[in-house]
Amino acid sequence: MSDEPALRVVDLGLRFGALAALSDVSFEVGEGELFAVIGPNGAGKTSLFNVLSRVYDATSGRITYRGRDMAALRPHHLAGAGIARTFQNLGLFKAMTVLENVLVGREHLMGAGTVRAGLFLRSARREEYSNRAAAMQALEFVGLLDSARLPVGMLPYGVQKRVEFARALAMEPSLLLLDEPVAGMSRGERAEITDLVRSIHRERKMTMVLVEHDMGVVMSLAQRVLALDFGRTIALGTPDEIQRNEAVIRAYLGEGHEVRA
Amino acid sequence: MKNFAQLLFAGVALGAIYALIALGFTVIYRASRVINFAQGELLVFGALLVSVLVSTAKFPFWLAFVIGALAAGLVGLLFQLGVLRFALGRPDFTIVMLTLGLASVLNAVLDTTYGDYPRANGDPWGSSAVHSAGLAFSWVKIWTIIAALVVLVGFFVFNRYSRYGLAMRSAAIDPEAALAVGIPLRRVYATAWVLAGIVACVGGVFLGGYPSSVQPAVGNIAFLAFPAIILGGIDSTTGAVVGGFVIGVVEELTAGYQPQYASWLGHNFYLVAPYVLMILVLLVRPYGLFGSRPAERL
Repeated sequence: MSDEPALRVVDLGLRFGALAALSDVSFEVGEGELFAVIGPNGAGKTSLFNVLSRVYDATSGRITYRGRDMAALRPHHLAGAGIARTFQNLGLFKAMTVLENVLVGREHLMGAGTVRAGLFLRSARREEYSNRAAAMQALEFVGLLDSARLPVGMLPYGVQKRVEFARALAMEPSLLLLDEPVAGMSRGERAEITDLVRSIHRERKMTMVLVEHDMGVVMSLAQRVLALDFGRTIALGTPDEIQRNEAVIRAYLGEGHEVRA
Repeated sequence: MKNFAQLLFAGVALGAIYALIALGFTVIYRASRVINFAQGELLVFGALLVSVLVSTAKFPFWLAFVIGALAAGLVGLLFQLGVLRFALGRPDFTIVMLTLGLASVLNAVLDTTYGDYPRANGDPWGSSAVHSAGLAFSWVKIWTIIAALVVLVGFFVFNRYSRYGLAMRSAAIDPEAALAVGIPLRRVYATAWVLAGIVACVGGVFLGGYPSSVQPAVGNIAFLAFPAIILGGIDSTTGAVVGGFVIGVVEELTAGYQPQYASWLGHNFYLVAPYVLMILVLLVRPYGLFGSRPAERL
């Protein structure tokens, strides 16, 4: 981890009318760190994720990524700024093939417009090849090379999740935001996706922010964890520290539970 | 048999026009999730401009055609940039009403500018035809089919293989996910409106070919392509094209045979036939031949 944090969130607030979804949330994520956000239902995890991915505008506070103010970026510029995300309920294009879904992730890296591509210029063709190669490489990484031509909608959920990861990889991001990647999965699928996230983090050296409900997954993956409850930070630390933190245990189990060491 | 071949030819030519009009509706539906009620007016706008450029300004037909198509695309673009852009994220109903507004404005402008009387569409073919095997193939219909095929093939290549096509398809399926992978939605929507204007103009010019003509009221004919988009599946461009050809052929065959064999159905039944077919198809496939069934979470 370098000294200058990659992602810096300062006093973040998000209000919907009188309801405060997030209040004064601050944290920093180091370059290459796998950072997780946890919390019980309604804690503000999804709100935080949606602010980070520019679906919502923060009401107050600041987010900077590699020194750039994220509020100044238009949502479709995030990809170009090196930020990719996955969706809790899959953000795939069902009617398209697996390869096309992954190829779309390279849209922001494509330079050749319709005119150049339509004239079959050599530069456009070379770009097409390199984009296709990168997409195939991403599919290989997630183990789906054989499925490239299949319509994505007919694949099982766990496999579709891999396609989404392949698309995120093809975007060549430096920061990957994961919105509850194992939500609604079977135990076997959960283990597979956990391994996939671990290997992406290890081999691609990207910074990751993981918002997740499943404690087992978070504790086995994350280097540091932020725990939220009612939109506020209740703890920030290593998985071990979080697991022993009284406020976190109270938030998950309710008042009146004894903390046993 | 001869009669059948003649009717089939007429049907394919009519179907080509319906396919173009239906494609215009579908392109907008995929981008904005609404029916564009101004599609007919875009069609008339383009066709009238071509007609006037040829008859008054003495432009060569093909040049006028290209200018008309680009101008209709420009109207679509300006509508997206000047009006619809600000309605992004509003309820669909708002956007539908805005397209209705565009329709009435365009209609009034065209009425006052050009007057509500029929004009020649400006093509060089008139009523000339090729005679072969006892059949008459009018040049207008031949060129209608050729032009429609060129535009349709061009569109599908664009949609299938170009970067913008990929962007348009993904934005149509899931705008939020498209945004997350870096697709500029506004540019995609603008492209859709330009395309809608261009295909509308091509359809309009050929719709006004002999023995028809071009006048502001022709805009209503766009709605005759409605059964085509519903039949094909409103969110499928393939469906729009297939539906267009099917409706065209059914309409011409009905017009040719119904008075003879089923006269009890009354005059002009051929105008009803496409709707009957549409209802029959919907009974079997509620989302049309190629339409996507909305996913429901159980």
